[in-house]
Amino acid sequence: MDKVIVAENLSLSYKEFETIISKATFSIDAGSFVFITGASGSGKSTLLKSFYGAIEPRQGQLSVGGVKMNHIGTSKLNFLRRHIGIVFQDYKLIKEWTIEKNVMLPLIISGYTSDVSGAQVQKLLAHVKLTHQAGKYPPELSGGEQQRVAMARALAHNPILILADEPTGNLDEYSSSVIWSLLEGANTQLKTTVVVVTHHIPEGLKVPYKHYHIEFGNINEIS
Amino acid sequence: MKSLKNHISLIIALFTVLASVQIYVAVDRTIAAYESHLKNDYSVIVVANKAFTPQEFKTMSSMIERSEPISTAQVLERLKGEMSEKNLALLKLTLPKFYRIYLNRFPTPHEINGLQKKLQKNSSIERVEGFSQTHDTVYKLMLLFKDVVQVFSIAIAAVTSLLILKEMRLWQFQHAERMNIMALFGAPVWLRSAVLFRLAIVDAMIATLILCFSFFIIDYYAILTLPLKEIGISVQLFNFINDALRSLAISLGISIVLTFTIVMFHREEE
Repeated sequence: MDKVIVAENLSLSYKEFETIISKATFSIDAGSFVFITGASGSGKSTLLKSFYGAIEPRQGQLSVGGVKMNHIGTSKLNFLRRHIGIVFQDYKLIKEWTIEKNVMLPLIISGYTSDVSGAQVQKLLAHVKLTHQAGKYPPELSGGEQQRVAMARALAHNPILILADEPTGNLDEYSSSVIWSLLEGANTQLKTTVVVVTHHIPEGLKVPYKHYHIEFGNINEIS
Repeated sequence: MKSLKNHISLIIALFTVLASVQIYVAVDRTIAAYESHLKNDYSVIVVANKAFTPQEFKTMSSMIERSEPISTAQVLERLKGEMSEKNLALLKLTLPKFYRIYLNRFPTPHEINGLQKKLQKNSSIERVEGFSQTHDTVYKLMLLFKDVVQVFSIAIAAVTSLLILKEMRLWQFQHAERMNIMALFGAPVWLRSAVLFRLAIVDAMIATLILCFSFFIIDYYAILTLPLKEIGISVQLFNFINDALRSLAISLGISIVLTFTIVMFHREEE
């Protein structure tokens, strides 16, 4: 099976003599669903950041989608990010843009024509049941709706990998279940690899998943 | 309206830079017109012991445009009653020739000295009067005025450039969130900062339009041209094609360079 993420002796830190993740070796298969858990400050978000190049490996090797993340250049990083969908706890939607334009963002960046991207956005908004909100702005939507917009945006360009950082951290139970079902759908229907950083793994998930737990800088495979 | 409010300080700063440059250009043109006006009134007096043709004077210096003899008849007429016919005839024979020499441009004090030396090299020329003292005072005053305006324009341009830089830093903070989000999805730098560049270009155009409108009003109501005409200076303070294009180029240049600087120093959020 192809590997989407491969880490060998990976160490991560923000400062030189600090260690957040220490000499971790693991790999994530293409099309798999992975949870990374850990206590607050354990380094799970830092690990996720390293997957989209916001932090470079201090030591060891890391490759994402076949791209080596050590000393990655800007153009290579931009290229990689155009094949990744990211979902954040605080949604990270552009407030001055309409919902429709927010969802369209990855397609604009990838250079799709307005006809193609328009059709894709309509399909995605229907999928996340927000067609009627297309012309509104993010602050006009509830937290659950904003996260559904962020999900639609993450799926817009058919990414090889979806990275989600506490995607339901700010949501109520109902909205959380909608987001989990969207992530499950992306994994089962589109065969997209999904990596989720979370405090708690939700109950009742239908997809098989892998679980890594971070403790004291070490990554342990739980299941 | 809201967008205009957001950018009003940048537009004002750009307008100030453009206005200071345009004022300098207008002063320069006014001084050039005044120099031309002075040139027509200015002449050098030459006293020679033999007659010179205009062509002979022209060969002595390229600055000489034309020359004319100064008639002595009026002086001799006045002396008619005071001197005998014989003495008067003798005086007429021994009286030197006087010439008024006009130049093709208004000379600097240094050029006057050079011209005097050149003319005096000719042994037939006894004396050259350049009126350098009077000329020097007027000319130095004019140059001083020009220098003051130049220093003033440079100071304004420097201070307003700093203000523009500060204003753009505020823009950067305003747009940082969007730029970071776009970066997360792999947007290249030019796409992330496209909005900043668009705003900078629009503001530069608005500032140029305001400058053109202001000078149109000054020109239309002859606010400055009329008093200048009264002292014999006819000058075009604002050329609606050349000056507008230059102002547009300056304001676009400043805003684009500063936006580029800000974009280059922008650090992506980790």
